[in-house]
Amino acid sequence: MNGKRMGMATIRLERPPRVRAWAAVGGKKEKDGPLGAEFDQVFSDTMCGEKTWEKAEVHLQKVAVGMAANKCKLPVSALDMILAGDLLGQCVASSYAARGTQVPYLGLYGACSTMAESLAIGACMVDGGFAQRVCAVASSHFCTAERQYRFPLAYGGQRTPTAQWTATAAGACILTPAADDCAPVRITHVCFGKVCDLGITDANNMGAAMAPAAYDTLRTLLSDTGTQPKDYDGIFTGDLGQVGSRLLCELFSLDHIDISTVHDDCGKLLFDSKQDVHAGGSGCGCAASVLCAHLLPRLADGRMKRIILAATGALISPTSVQQGESIPAVCHAVVLESGGKR
Amino acid sequence: MDVTPQEYEQMVREQSKPSPLLRDMVWAFAVGGAICTLGQAILDFWKKTGLNEKDAASATSITLIGLAALLTGLHLYEKIAKHAGAGTLVPITGFSNSVASPALEFKSEGLILGTAAKMFTIAGPVLVYGIGASIVYGVILVFLGV
Repeated sequence: MNGKRMGMATIRLERPPRVRAWAAVGGKKEKDGPLGAEFDQVFSDTMCGEKTWEKAEVHLQKVAVGMAANKCKLPVSALDMILAGDLLGQCVASSYAARGTQVPYLGLYGACSTMAESLAIGACMVDGGFAQRVCAVASSHFCTAERQYRFPLAYGGQRTPTAQWTATAAGACILTPAADDCAPVRITHVCFGKVCDLGITDANNMGAAMAPAAYDTLRTLLSDTGTQPKDYDGIFTGDLGQVGSRLLCELFSLDHIDISTVHDDCGKLLFDSKQDVHAGGSGCGCAASVLCAHLLPRLADGRMKRIILAATGALISPTSVQQGESIPAVCHAVVLESGGKR
Repeated sequence: MDVTPQEYEQMVREQSKPSPLLRDMVWAFAVGGAICTLGQAILDFWKKTGLNEKDAASATSITLIGLAALLTGLHLYEKIAKHAGAGTLVPITGFSNSVASPALEFKSEGLILGTAAKMFTIAGPVLVYGIGASIVYGVILVFLGV
């Protein structure tokens, strides 16, 4: 065992990798949301000028990766590795976006936790010296997710109050080694989560299914690092939405820990409650775009010093739901610190 | 602290807002009723054109199905259904929407494997069990000699 692990499951990155650049792209609803102005690019056309929804999602991811690389003044082909994920079966949006880049590619699936997963694996790769320039990216598209997991768009159904709205968005980060002084944000710790399942079977209440995973990973991270919620400027869960966020705070309150003062949720930040998204946003692109549009710029300019991004994913498939299985969930956490010169 | 699935279920129930049942029912009653009233008006119209009772009833169903498919294609049906719920689901217009919407959605996979194959993914079970039930009912009627 080398010295990188601490406590139960947290990895302390000895030479904290940097986040050099990032980019967030989104769709129309995301543009109309509270973070609309913070996106690098938004598409009013949900098809992004493509012929299918799937191609539109590929386009979102390509644009995000291209813009992030461009901010480092690098061509995409100069990257050492792309770690990408999305919600589609067989991870096709990511694979098709990576097609033609000539960059080594790993497709990841962590459902809505994918951005934290790719960021955490990327950080380990850079800290271990296995790569110098890693792109971590995740995307989702409302229309591709709906047709895969639920009903056709034109079907006249009613959504329950606990249902969440899949974000049409992508976020990409370029990670570089600790020595890169130009990069304004550092990743100091990562914590890969366990699969948790407390028996929720309602696929329209993902927040409730994922809250125990967020609680488990955050509790592990806080205990392993000997820190408390108040040591962070913010603890941002991926997309627990309204219901899951309340449940997370309640689970912590059973331990007599109050995280409500520092906790917020990407699913609650991305959309306004007036936007008819019911319990909030979800999808890989939700945490990815909120991280890249909203959180990283605040760490870069020092408005926030240290945060946890704890993205959560519900690990279901349409088949497992139809077979009546309960919903397993996972949460991966990344500790991000302001640091370095801009 | 670790909670048991039973304890957690209780917590989830307390934190999850239920559907607004009364509002949903009022909407369903009003919109469902309006569709049926429209159906009656269409029936009267076809009768006035000289169709007999049976043909006028068929023509009414066809008209409602056509209208609902048109509204589905214009992405208006789901906007009404969002509020109306069962009000738009139960009448024959709901059946039309459930066939037209996957047919439109899956055209990106082609006319055979997309539109045609997926057209009955939602309506299929209704057809299978609807026709199945009518067969059972018919057999019972035969044996009762009614």
